[in-house]
Amino acid sequence: MNVILALIRRELGGYFKSLIGYVVIAAVLFLFGFSFVDMLDKLNGIPQDAPVTEQFYATVYFWVILLITAPMITMRAFALEKSTGTYESLMTAPVGDWQVVLAKFGGTLAFFALVWLPLLGCLFIIRHFTGDPATLDPRVTAGTFFGILLIGSLYMAMGCFASSLTRSQIIAAMFSFLLGVGLFVLSLRSVALSSSESGWGAVLDHISVMRHLFDFSRGIIDTRQVVFYLTATAFFLYLTQRVVESRRWK
Amino acid sequence: MIDSPMIEVHDLTKRYPGRTAVDGITFTVGRGEVVGFLGPNGAGKSTTMRILACFLPATGGTARVAGYDVYREPDEVRRRIGYMPESNPLHLDMRVREYLKFRARLKGLGWQRSRDRVDVVLQQCGLTDVHRRITGQLSKGYRQRVGLADALVHEPDLIMLDEPTIGLDPHQIRAVRALIKELGKTTTILLSTHILPEVEMTCSRVLILNQGRILAADTTENLERKLSLDGQVIAEIAAPHEALRDCWRDLPEIERWDVTPADGDWFRVALTPRNGADLRPLVFAIVRENEWGLRELTRSRHSLEDIFIHLTRQQGKELTAL
Repeated sequence: MNVILALIRRELGGYFKSLIGYVVIAAVLFLFGFSFVDMLDKLNGIPQDAPVTEQFYATVYFWVILLITAPMITMRAFALEKSTGTYESLMTAPVGDWQVVLAKFGGTLAFFALVWLPLLGCLFIIRHFTGDPATLDPRVTAGTFFGILLIGSLYMAMGCFASSLTRSQIIAAMFSFLLGVGLFVLSLRSVALSSSESGWGAVLDHISVMRHLFDFSRGIIDTRQVVFYLTATAFFLYLTQRVVESRRWK
Repeated sequence: MIDSPMIEVHDLTKRYPGRTAVDGITFTVGRGEVVGFLGPNGAGKSTTMRILACFLPATGGTARVAGYDVYREPDEVRRRIGYMPESNPLHLDMRVREYLKFRARLKGLGWQRSRDRVDVVLQQCGLTDVHRRITGQLSKGYRQRVGLADALVHEPDLIMLDEPTIGLDPHQIRAVRALIKELGKTTTILLSTHILPEVEMTCSRVLILNQGRILAADTTENLERKLSLDGQVIAEIAAPHEALRDCWRDLPEIERWDVTPADGDWFRVALTPRNGADLRPLVFAIVRENEWGLRELTRSRHSLEDIFIHLTRQQGKELTAL
């Protein structure tokens, strides 16, 4: 456990010692600024029946941010260490493959969570200025953030997997972008098609990250979705571990 | 497993597609030895070290470190080694102390213990003055020392250094060598290099590697003795030319001799012994007996460099003959 914590600390430190951390945070804040203004515009017009969190988070901005930042956050996980050679000193230290994979994943997820935290501020601004506690239910907000964390963990796991395959950060980023967009496009289809008509529709329904986000942002946490994210994350982490291990295959 | 040798390698082979990097090498390194891996670039030194450090799997053969198999028990092996890879990769965005502390924690040292050990190795490697600096801004010599400090921080039984002095200036090389010598008093060290004097200076034993094979494995002195087969003696003697030419004829120890005039009355005599005997006392006795003058008497010594060139060239010839 100590080893994992030391590694996670190093991973997080790495984001703030290079420009990448600041670039990601600045980009996210910029896009969320837009999202916020958009939402205020909407709220100014006609009354809305959806909760604020849904109008704030379940937007196209969320997807742009997720799809672009996930590769940016995860591309360095393994690829950077491989290209600078520190991977060799890491893997010749007495650390297990799983420890490394979990630490890399934990580091990226922690940074991902950190990036989203300031955005709580936007919600508090609304609450402050509307003066009505009903506008922002803490349980709905918590549900939304839990959902974002779940979706994030899947995307981080995909990114770590992509990064473990190559020593080039650019290729890692492209590949994880491809995986992320692939999943997103599948879920777009399920939203566009009226669901559950055929067998495939039902499957797409289950993996539709877009639908899931709508639920989460209304404060609905469906255990089926939680299980989906946890297993999918575990699956990609398992693949990553196999890739890390493959170095020692005869 | 305390009495098993530090490194036991048996018939170790590493093949890459289309190339054999290590070709069935066998050697052992005892506890407390300082052994040098010597060979030209691409001889298989780094590959062997990477296998011993559990970074790469071998294609064939076995390797054990401190009695543990590097393939089956990599965790036990890695706990016991301090390995500095060839390029000495560091996290260049970390400060020296921070980096060493991170590495110490990674190697399983506790909070307090890692602090103490980092202080010790900072001192040992002469890094105390720069412990707040960012490693990326340090000179190559200091970075190398950080790499060394990292290899030492968890007090490993075996230290493996892959080309520890590569790219350093002469002063830095001296400092690093002195440090290695100092460490060698307490720890087993395996270091690789293609710089010959380095091995002569720091190591008690040498393994000469070329094209993935071990050409020679012995102490530096033994190797020199073995290969100075001719043991030629050079003497400069002032004597009548004829007498000097004839006096070697009846001596059974001498196989060949050659007398060439030097300046004035002096002649330069080159003598080759028949069975590697040391001819110097004999020459001196003859000179004294005849009351000649003697101003030089040397036995040519082969340096490790000669041995190395000799061995690697020989192998090259064998290969072209095939």
